[in-house]
Amino acid sequence: MRIQAVIDVAAPPELVWDFVTDPTRYLHFMSGITRWEIASEQVRGVGARYRTLMRVGSAEVGGLVEIVEHEQPRDLAWTSVTGIDQRGRWRLRELTSGPTRPARTQVELRLQYGVAGAGLIGWIAEQVAAPAVRENLRRSLRELKRQAEHEQARAAVAARRAAAATR
Amino acid sequence: MGTQTASARSRNGHKADGGPFADAADLGEEPPPEPEPDGAHNPLDRFVHAVAAAFSSRVPVADLDERDPDYIRESLPAQWLLASLWFRGEVRGLGNIPEEGAVLLVGNHSGGNMTPDTLVFTLAFSTYFGVERRFYQLAHNLVLSMPGLGFLRRYGTVAASPENAERALDSGAAVLVYPGGDHEVHRPSWEANTVNFAGRQGFVRLALEHDVPIVPVVAIGGQETALFLSRGEGLAKALKLDRLLRLKVLPISLAAPWGLNVGDMFGHIPLPAKITVEVLPAIDVREQFGPRPDVGEVYDHVTETMQETLDALAAERRLPIIG
Repeated sequence: MRIQAVIDVAAPPELVWDFVTDPTRYLHFMSGITRWEIASEQVRGVGARYRTLMRVGSAEVGGLVEIVEHEQPRDLAWTSVTGIDQRGRWRLRELTSGPTRPARTQVELRLQYGVAGAGLIGWIAEQVAAPAVRENLRRSLRELKRQAEHEQARAAVAARRAAAATR
Repeated sequence: MGTQTASARSRNGHKADGGPFADAADLGEEPPPEPEPDGAHNPLDRFVHAVAAAFSSRVPVADLDERDPDYIRESLPAQWLLASLWFRGEVRGLGNIPEEGAVLLVGNHSGGNMTPDTLVFTLAFSTYFGVERRFYQLAHNLVLSMPGLGFLRRYGTVAASPENAERALDSGAAVLVYPGGDHEVHRPSWEANTVNFAGRQGFVRLALEHDVPIVPVVAIGGQETALFLSRGEGLAKALKLDRLLRLKVLPISLAAPWGLNVGDMFGHIPLPAKITVEVLPAIDVREQFGPRPDVGEVYDHVTETMQETLDALAAERRLPIIG
């Protein structure tokens, strides 16, 4: 089952990238996530591993995932090592910006999940779980947008104050 | 097996709580059936003995290697569908279970022979810790002997006995036991919110012998999946089921699709009651009760703590079945 959600964020890709590559922030903006722990010495980048769980229905599902793609500040992808089969991807793309228009980023979150070998029942379970998972992804993006834009606004205010102080 | 039984009894000592097999009984260890009296040659007695012998021969010897993580993983979607849609399962406090190492999970048990609390909890455990973590559940010998239920062994269900519990804990696994067993699981519906281990303290001795923490697991909702009327202990005794099949009960309930359901041998369709499970903080018995803890004191502490939690869970419920 593949689910995706997209949102536009009024912040540059670099700022959003800082959010999505920082494992300590996931519990703060990812909806339904009950666990996102660092499970390797490496904290970020290809090879970093995290223990993840998302509450869906009556269980917290997830497992150990590993970062397999880390192209700053555009793509971050992971795949499961243990637990249910899953692949996830953050896809950040800068939207057209100009001297008078603030930077904007299109943020896309994709999640593929399932249990290989579970057959028809597995397929049914994926369909039943899909609305809850989709809603979690949408809420996560809305919260990410809120936090990133708040961070962007703070940075802009700080920059203006610094500029005023130097005049 | 007889030697094992004897050694387990001798190690656990005599019982202050009601008979030489009390602590063994809660882990499934029972005295062998008494020899048939010379005078017992009537057809009914012979039939009952023949059935007992047939079931006894089917009691599987626990092989921990029968647990199959791949099978469990592939069946998680089916379990999830049942637990989420039918029982609207909710499990809290899984973080209270130590991340690794052997641990004794002690639960209250409800729902007759169809025990939804086990389904909801084992699913939650498997998804939370991963199917790679060794996890065994002790069940009545008869459950594993029933035709069609052999698949339970692949989930890690082993016949309840002190020997099997020891083997599982020695392997570093998490082991789920229900000390109340058939006594608790068939209690009348009006006793639904009561933890009743029938004084069986074997789990405390097991935890002490293996120096593993006890983690209480409290569940509510299972006893609302049918209308349980009586354990039928008198009936079981009259039919000699206690001596022959280690069955102290012959429960009577009103359950779908049978209506009046005597014995619950073929199970029933459980009503879709909401199942809530709460895992309590781990109890390190020696740390909390000293180097030589009093078993009865620990037992009282565990059951009282579980009862308090069950009372709180009961207070949260607004309506039976609905939750």
